[in-house]
Amino acid sequence: MMRAVLACLLAVGLVSTPLQAQTLRFGLMEDPDALDPTLARTFTSRMVFAALCDKLVDIGPDLKPVPQLATSWSLSADEKVLTMALRPGVTFHDGEPLDAAAAKFSIERHLKMPGSQRRGEISPIDTVEVVDDLTFRINLKTPFAPLLAQFTDRAGMMVSPKAATALGDKFSTAPVCAGPFKFVERVPQDRIVVERFDGYWNKDQIQIKRIEFRPIPDGTVRLTNLRSGQLDLLERLAPNDLAQVKRDPKLKVGSTVELGFQSIVFNTAKDTPIGKDARVRAAFEASIDRNAINQVVFNGEFVPGNQWVQPKNPNYLSEFPLPKRDVAKAKALLAEAGVTNPVVNLVVYANSEAPLVGQVIQAMTKEAGFDVRLQATDFTTALDLADKGNFEAYLYNWSGRPDPDGNTFSFLACKTPLNYSRYCNPEADASMSASRLSTDPAKRRAAWKSLADRILADRPFLYLFHRRLLWAYTTKLTGFGDYPDGLVRYTGLKLD
Amino acid sequence: MSGAEAAPATVTAARSAPVAAEPGPLREIWFRLRARPSAVVGLVIVLALVGMAVFADWIAPYDPSATNWGAVRTAPSLAHPFGTDEVGRDLLSRIIHGARASLAAGLTSVALAVTLGLPLGLLAGYAGGVIDGAIMRLTDALLAIPFLILAIALAAFLGPSLTNAMVAIGLSATSIFVRLSRAQVQAITAEEFIEAARAVGNPPWRIALRHILPNIVPAILVQATLTIAAAIIAEASLSFLGLGQQPPAPSWGSMLNVAKNFLDQAPWMAIWPGVSIFLAVLSFNLLGDGLRDALDPRQRN
Amino acid sequence: MLSFLARRIAIAVPTLVLASMIIFALQQLLPGDTATALSGEERDPEVIAFIREKYHLDRPLPVRYLLWAKGVLQGDLGESIRLQKPVIDLVAEKLPVTLQLACLAMVIALVIGVPMGIVSAVRQGTTADYVANGIALWGLSIPNFWLGIMMILFFSVYLGWLPASGYVPPSESLIDNLKAMIMPAFVLGNAIAAVMMRHTRAAMLQVLQSDYVRTARAKGVSPLGVILRHCLRNAAVPIITLGALEFGQLLSGAVLTEQIFSVPGFGKLMVDAVFNRDYATVQGVVICTATTYIVLNLMADVAYFLVNPKLRRS
Repeated sequence: MMRAVLACLLAVGLVSTPLQAQTLRFGLMEDPDALDPTLARTFTSRMVFAALCDKLVDIGPDLKPVPQLATSWSLSADEKVLTMALRPGVTFHDGEPLDAAAAKFSIERHLKMPGSQRRGEISPIDTVEVVDDLTFRINLKTPFAPLLAQFTDRAGMMVSPKAATALGDKFSTAPVCAGPFKFVERVPQDRIVVERFDGYWNKDQIQIKRIEFRPIPDGTVRLTNLRSGQLDLLERLAPNDLAQVKRDPKLKVGSTVELGFQSIVFNTAKDTPIGKDARVRAAFEASIDRNAINQVVFNGEFVPGNQWVQPKNPNYLSEFPLPKRDVAKAKALLAEAGVTNPVVNLVVYANSEAPLVGQVIQAMTKEAGFDVRLQATDFTTALDLADKGNFEAYLYNWSGRPDPDGNTFSFLACKTPLNYSRYCNPEADASMSASRLSTDPAKRRAAWKSLADRILADRPFLYLFHRRLLWAYTTKLTGFGDYPDGLVRYTGLKLD
Repeated sequence: MSGAEAAPATVTAARSAPVAAEPGPLREIWFRLRARPSAVVGLVIVLALVGMAVFADWIAPYDPSATNWGAVRTAPSLAHPFGTDEVGRDLLSRIIHGARASLAAGLTSVALAVTLGLPLGLLAGYAGGVIDGAIMRLTDALLAIPFLILAIALAAFLGPSLTNAMVAIGLSATSIFVRLSRAQVQAITAEEFIEAARAVGNPPWRIALRHILPNIVPAILVQATLTIAAAIIAEASLSFLGLGQQPPAPSWGSMLNVAKNFLDQAPWMAIWPGVSIFLAVLSFNLLGDGLRDALDPRQRN
Repeated sequence: MLSFLARRIAIAVPTLVLASMIIFALQQLLPGDTATALSGEERDPEVIAFIREKYHLDRPLPVRYLLWAKGVLQGDLGESIRLQKPVIDLVAEKLPVTLQLACLAMVIALVIGVPMGIVSAVRQGTTADYVANGIALWGLSIPNFWLGIMMILFFSVYLGWLPASGYVPPSESLIDNLKAMIMPAFVLGNAIAAVMMRHTRAAMLQVLQSDYVRTARAKGVSPLGVILRHCLRNAAVPIITLGALEFGQLLSGAVLTEQIFSVPGFGKLMVDAVFNRDYATVQGVVICTATTYIVLNLMADVAYFLVNPKLRRS
């Protein structure tokens, strides 16, 4: 009887699958956090912000800023004053005008709101002044070269002053921005729905009527949903599923190499062989074959790397090429350091990939004499261990920022929040400061080179590889482009 | 334990018809057990699993942790009858060694649960009054908290490892044995021979140990066997969530956890550990049912 | 009867308080806190300190428990810091999902378990009995997260008949809703069906051997009539009681199944909340499930009390 009932249900179901035209159903890897650009803190929430909130500037294919809400800008000779002109006639989703006063409000909110995650990104900002209706001026305490790059992300997102004032720290429950889509509803852990904003400044380019973001943590399940037509687009396709998607004539693949990095952080404040002796860390690196890790765990799809940016990034320093595996060298380095069979406790997240990377590293380093012990923990526990310094080595990934400063300063400068390695070197600090003080590309490159001289020798971070962010989508979706920061832009997308 | 997910048999088994104690020699139990084919099958599988776990080093064709980059996720073949896993390890060897984690988890956690639960239950049942109230409220409270949440929280607190998973499962299963032994004690204390022992002037502890304990052993034994089955599933569940056995040591649950990412490319990675868990759980359930039938005159047909 | 009920309720209250204290204390033992989980990629120490202060995470444990308990007594379960929603709203949102799943699972369990139990009791010792017992053992022994994976592999990946996940509210499309729910419901119902079958069988066997059934048979009531009218009615009480208890377990016991099928219900809410140190949510959900569990137990006890004359006399 059950079977009969089932068959009936199925039969009816197959016929009546509703076709909602121009609703893009987007499968996300996790439920995004607070939808407030000032408070948001995850990579996933940025995918929703790309629909909701436009930024002062966007990021171009060469990672340079291009106009979005601001149409032009100029930096004073001493690099301490940035003047920006806003696009005329732009309104927020609630109809409020996006003028210089609103921009000032948004930037000051990022700077001053209690609990703001943006403050650190734009802390050199001293004051914001309204020049005229559409022009504002940012006065800096010190020159800050990464500023425009910060405005290509959440720090550059403008929120409606009226809504932000009314909702306060509850703004995320009904965010009002100036992006192509406006917020409709959110059911935690189930869906976020946004709808085309008819007053959008660039609305001719927006064909999608509605986007439903659906968090589905399991990669296999996410893909199965795409294949069976419950989703139109998914992000972070597992590299191992790529072949399967390529075989499917109804699916297409988009990809970009992330701006961030995957690395092992060594706690240099810990009194262990690998913590106190850079030679042991050098031996560790020499015993690893990055290409093999990439082949085994990621089907060769990721990009092996040895720096804070990937080898094809314009800011990659080709003077420091990817080292080859050399077990003999690793053994010699260990002998030189006078260490035999050092134990290394490696913290990894208990997700689907990190323990696998850990196991491959474990097997590789064993050949050089290392005894790597894996400690797979939940996300919060790993962060707690890292914050408190209760670890030896930690398999750590960073989603990345367009400006290399966002991949270095917070990690390598003395006593910065993400400096889990507790590394502190005055020369390195000086290099990073120099890279911030001038927008001159040559000067910045020289600064990063001297930084790399230190970091790649001391190895507080061992850079391993860069993820290839993969999207799979139905062939009905057209206009899918190349997104250097790994965030889909909904402009130009079309669903047939 | 959670009825739906981790331990379908336990709570209800504890609640349903308590096994009537029948003081008898072990030989008779064995004799009755032998008469039940299903119980014998269960026993044989259990013994086979134990043998596999004990002699894993000799039986397994490969080192269960030996990786081989050249043979990643290969389908079953003559060289690797069960295929290989995501880093080229031999799955058959990992399944054989994985029996250790499952059995250790099943046996140790239940031993812990009995060691904690039995004295508490005896105390509650025999002492009554405030002590009974306190112990039972605590037990009820633990039972009211969803098992997996309790186990996840405990495993996360103690740090993920097989030992800690066993502790978490053991602590969560303790309530069952407290309830069961208390109920048994209450049933038996009303019996005449206890009254008689009391009248003769035996001290309470002596009555508890000499007269009550032997009489509730059969019921505990049956429940313990069934709980082992549940504990094996619980260990697999925790390992499945990444909170049990740590890599590279194999556990069936963590093998499944990895396998679910390769369902399309390497379905064999998901099939063998699942079948193994199923067989292990089945064997203890069969044995437990057999023991219950052998020990419980009321259910004998 | 009233005094019995009063006594049981008086017992239930401290049990609940104790359960809430245990889960509260246990959560504080976990490494890190809400602020650790919420401070995100940037990990600004000022943000961490701000969150700790805002949500009283810097206060001593007993103080925080009392603050929480005070709220509960006023009908306020607190707020999920992570999801920025009152816990009571989250519960109201997720409970129907889990309830639907639990109901479907129960229906499946009853439809499979009870007839199987009846048949195996009536045809005791026959092949049908052995087959039914075998199926029950299978149901009890199969790890249901594995069954879930295998069903996804077969029905979604291989046959492509059913969605692997993707909950659709019944208000939107009942058909899509059922398509998404049928697999998780079956996975959950499967195990309960086994328990149901065993208890139905045991209860039926007991009734079949009783005097009045023999009398009814002797009077010439048809075999089917005996089974339906006399046996089942008497066997119903333990089956219903058991069903109620299993149902209570389902509300919180579907953690892994919900995880595997991405069903946005109680279990998923709870696991995510534990991993994110979202204390208020864990507290709130555990209190709800524990209350349900205790109330259903109470009802089971009352049912036993009513049918068991021995207990009633004492």
